[in-house]
Amino acid sequence: MKKKRELMNRREFLRESTLVGTVLLLFGSPASEDSDSSNDNEPIHQYGMGIQVDKCIGCGQCVDACKRENDVPREPFFFRTWVERYIILIDGTAQVDSPNGGSEGFPEMVAENEIMRTFFVPKLCNQCANPPCVQVCPVGATFITKDGVILIDKDYCLGCRYCIQACPYGARFLNPVTSTAEKCTFCYHRLSRGLKPACVEVCPTEARIFGEIGLRSSLLARFMRFNKVQVLKPHLNTEPKIYYANLDGEVR
Amino acid sequence: MLNFRFRPELRMPGWKSIPFPDQIKRLLIIFIILVIMLITVRNYLMPPTFVKEGHYRAAAIDSILALPIHYAGQEACSECHDEYVALKQTSYHQNVACEVCHGPGANHVEDPSENTPSAPRQRGLCPLCHIYNASKPTGFPQINIVTHNPLEPCMSCHEPHDPKPPQPPEECGACHGEIARTKAVSHHAALECTQCHSAPEAHKKDPRSFRPSKPRKRTFCGGCHGENAESAGEIPRVDLQSHEPDHACWQCHYPHYPEVR
Repeated sequence: MKKKRELMNRREFLRESTLVGTVLLLFGSPASEDSDSSNDNEPIHQYGMGIQVDKCIGCGQCVDACKRENDVPREPFFFRTWVERYIILIDGTAQVDSPNGGSEGFPEMVAENEIMRTFFVPKLCNQCANPPCVQVCPVGATFITKDGVILIDKDYCLGCRYCIQACPYGARFLNPVTSTAEKCTFCYHRLSRGLKPACVEVCPTEARIFGEIGLRSSLLARFMRFNKVQVLKPHLNTEPKIYYANLDGEVR
Repeated sequence: MLNFRFRPELRMPGWKSIPFPDQIKRLLIIFIILVIMLITVRNYLMPPTFVKEGHYRAAAIDSILALPIHYAGQEACSECHDEYVALKQTSYHQNVACEVCHGPGANHVEDPSENTPSAPRQRGLCPLCHIYNASKPTGFPQINIVTHNPLEPCMSCHEPHDPKPPQPPEECGACHGEIARTKAVSHHAALECTQCHSAPEAHKKDPRSFRPSKPRKRTFCGGCHGENAESAGEIPRVDLQSHEPDHACWQCHYPHYPEVR
């Protein structure tokens, strides 16, 4: 009896072999090599955008500039940013349209005496702090940078479209040329050169305000001090970094 | 079961005295193969910068940063064309960047002689912003392009770098058309705007900084509609003391289209 107990039974064997395996895995994993090497001393930015809905005139300059700056296909259903027209009729129903993203103007849709209120809403990727698109990417081709911008690695993207499905704001599309997902990057290549995103640069009424969240001297911080702001679909807890001032309750 | 008793090697006690049983040997081989596979995948199949900063390829950021720009930005324009930028700076178009009308100019900045940006002189561009649309915010200058000097290029009257109305409007209705049209079919049609409002001259050029006045007291309306007012007999009268004394007149009656409720 005594001898039998000293035998290595199956349970003991499994326990010890798992232990050895875990130790081997830990040492084999290269993540521990240079994981937290905070190499550069650059200040960490937190970029965001403010949109003053009642300043947008629906001219579509931002849509056009975005397409030119980022070489977005000209076909009318690929947009990194677009402008929506909301028309709330006297009977309370809302109509939303965005012909060609708003880049060629908005033809009259309903007679003016049927309209209760109407306005334009520019839309783009909300650069969520808690992004569903990054969670669902099976290969890590879409990611959030240190400065809070969601980017897409177009050399690594499979084109599986999971992220397009996951985005609650409809901000992504599949580029027909490269067959990879695409969306607004806040013009990340311009930011590093000290320039504003193209849509902000060309907005003639300063309806779009770009800056750093939490930096008091930035235009965005001023915008957030002087306006009551809200984000789109707050109930989804995506924590967007696009802040809308004077947003109507009908806007989704 | 029965064999157990007759096979002494299975009764060997303790970890050290086990002479490497077969099943452990096999498992160990599988395990070593798995570890080798893991190291191979990590070092040869995964992109080198993959977990450097997170669950993504850090090199992707560099390739995005290297993308070319098309819009040079207003500051680049002001380096050479400072006279236009200065002219624009005090005008209504101060927030309109040069590249809104002249198009992306990064290649012009690189090689000014070779690449000339466009300079639109026809009627097509201005209406992109200034065509009338009900959804545009109130106060933004808008025209009906069918009736507003048809076929005339905008530039023949308006300098785009410092746009102004060719002459300040003479009638209030030029800007406040909706009010003027409403008032024209109301009982107040015969009244001039100046009967109730006085607008400083500067209001014509800078409407938001210089506001016209509005009546503030019930007695102002009472000047015509009061019991004892010296006014034409057909004007409806109320007793200012008893008629809704807690409210101002315009809380119930819209002065540009007054109706008795």
